[in-house]
Amino acid sequence: MSSVDTSARTFNLKSWLAEHGVDRLLFLLVPAFLAMLAFFIYPTIYGTYLSFHPMEAKSGALGNYRSFFGDTYMRNSIWNTFRIALPVSLINVFAAVPLAVRLRHRVRGKRTINTLLVIPMSLGTVLIAEGLSAYLAPNGWFNRTLLAAGIIDQPLQLLHNFWGVIISLLITGFPFAFLLTLSYISGINPKMEEAASTLGATSWQRFRYITFPLLTPGLAITFCLNFVLAFSVFPSANLLGNPAGDSHVLAVAAAQAIVNNYDYSMASAISVITGAFELAVVALVLVMRSRLYSGSTSGGKG
Amino acid sequence: MALSNLSLTIGNGEFVALLGPSGCGKSTALNCLAGLLPLTGGSIFLDDRRIDTLPPERRDFGMVFQNYALFPHLTVRQNIGFGLKIKKVAKSEIERRVTAAINLVQLSLHADKHPSQLSGGQQQRVAIARAIVIEPQVVLMDEPLSNLDAKLRHEMRSEIKRLHRELGLTTVYVTHDQEEALSLADRLVVLHDGKVQQIGTPEDVYMNPVNSFVADFMGYRNLISMDLLAGGSAGNYSLRAPGLELTASNLFSGSAAGKVRVAIRPEDLFIENTSGNSISCTVKSVEYQGKDFAVEVSTAQGITLHLRTPKKLEVGQSTNLTVASDRVLVYPDSDA
Repeated sequence: MSSVDTSARTFNLKSWLAEHGVDRLLFLLVPAFLAMLAFFIYPTIYGTYLSFHPMEAKSGALGNYRSFFGDTYMRNSIWNTFRIALPVSLINVFAAVPLAVRLRHRVRGKRTINTLLVIPMSLGTVLIAEGLSAYLAPNGWFNRTLLAAGIIDQPLQLLHNFWGVIISLLITGFPFAFLLTLSYISGINPKMEEAASTLGATSWQRFRYITFPLLTPGLAITFCLNFVLAFSVFPSANLLGNPAGDSHVLAVAAAQAIVNNYDYSMASAISVITGAFELAVVALVLVMRSRLYSGSTSGGKG
Repeated sequence: MALSNLSLTIGNGEFVALLGPSGCGKSTALNCLAGLLPLTGGSIFLDDRRIDTLPPERRDFGMVFQNYALFPHLTVRQNIGFGLKIKKVAKSEIERRVTAAINLVQLSLHADKHPSQLSGGQQQRVAIARAIVIEPQVVLMDEPLSNLDAKLRHEMRSEIKRLHRELGLTTVYVTHDQEEALSLADRLVVLHDGKVQQIGTPEDVYMNPVNSFVADFMGYRNLISMDLLAGGSAGNYSLRAPGLELTASNLFSGSAAGKVRVAIRPEDLFIENTSGNSISCTVKSVEYQGKDFAVEVSTAQGITLHLRTPKKLEVGQSTNLTVASDRVLVYPDSDA
């Protein structure tokens, strides 16, 4: 049917784009794309390039990687990071679920709880680490309260070790996980639970068979975002952990490579390694997610 | 939405329709029955067992929701089998009953699809099958057809009627569509502002609405303020309005000499010269509606009347209407 000779008409950019399925509004993305290019894509490529050019040129392109994986102390930083990031993101996500289930309806004090949860997010990790380093100290509020209540008779050692980092990441990561989970759960049509209840399902069965399966894809995303945040932990590992010992995480290792040895190339290699592990975990979670139902949760005619 | 003084005894196998405009409390009543809304007073009994204190999952009522509320992550088969699985019915038994239910609602070709792959009418069938497969004591339906187009609505209406006839399930059906209620129900409950207006058979409610609200809702489009003259007797009550005189056979309770409201159905006004009241008027507008015309006329004194007629009238033409005196319904003015 398209036998009309279009070449006879004068060229019109607007209709040419429309015919080729290009939405002109997409051009509005150009500034954002340029910013991405300048501040993310180029540094990533440059960092990767740098990591293959070690300070000591004779060690070859893989020299940095060889020395990283060859050094037990450095290699352990991978394990140290996982040991912090995995449990923290799992706890954050699974603790967020019951709270979000409770707060998805109109509940008294919902605003107060939401505000309380959002504050740690807005304060930033450094400020929270600072505050915790006083609060969790052996003579800090936390230990003194427990001592006074007679729950413990020795101050708990919560600073400059694994636990300090964990606690701080729970405080900063939980609100984030909660708010995401709440928005996912609010998208599930409450009529579905009502339908399940008229079919005889108790509140636990309704959660188990209806709400949870519909929520899982959202939880997978929440987990990934939380994991990425926790995996690049730096301020709290330094301030509350033991950056030379069990909280010698990848970010700390990279920073030390720069600060102690002026070795940008090694730091780049460590960053690449960090990124690779993050991507591997996120990819694994997303592959598992794709096997689940992930369509509309609003019910009714979609 | 508040609901007051709804007292109703429903017989086994009966089909009861709660009918009323939106906001009248009919969905509230249904949700209270299902246990999805708490009662602030009163009680509900199933046979001799008090059930209003039970949570919805222990009432044994099947419910069909307006938006179907199908489980999007489960197939048609799993959706229908959900209630049986929860009740821990044996696998082979679930298989048998679900297959029977799927055949009953004619979805055997779609048993393994997900709800999003089905049309609205098919989703509605799944919702109905899911509610009846558990063989509930009572089936509750909350405007189940209001999201379907006109043709499908008619089909599903016959389907619901057929299922009710075949299974004999006690059904409470909520709707704002009087035609739907009239064609499905054994008994109608007309609600307005949370109060019961009338309970009766479809014929009863349609032919003899007890007040002007029910009359208006059941399609008595002509509601006229008139004066009832004193001294009438059964079969012969005289009504007056400027330029209009009518005779009514009966009065509804509460009507007394003085201001009254008169209701006449468009279908009860005829152009042919039959016996009864006669009204002379002028045609104001004619709407073609397929099988007949909807005509608006006006008397010399400006009283507007609506009627339906197969005869083609011209705008501006004068005509004479008749209405039988037993189809002139008289209500007290206060309950407008």
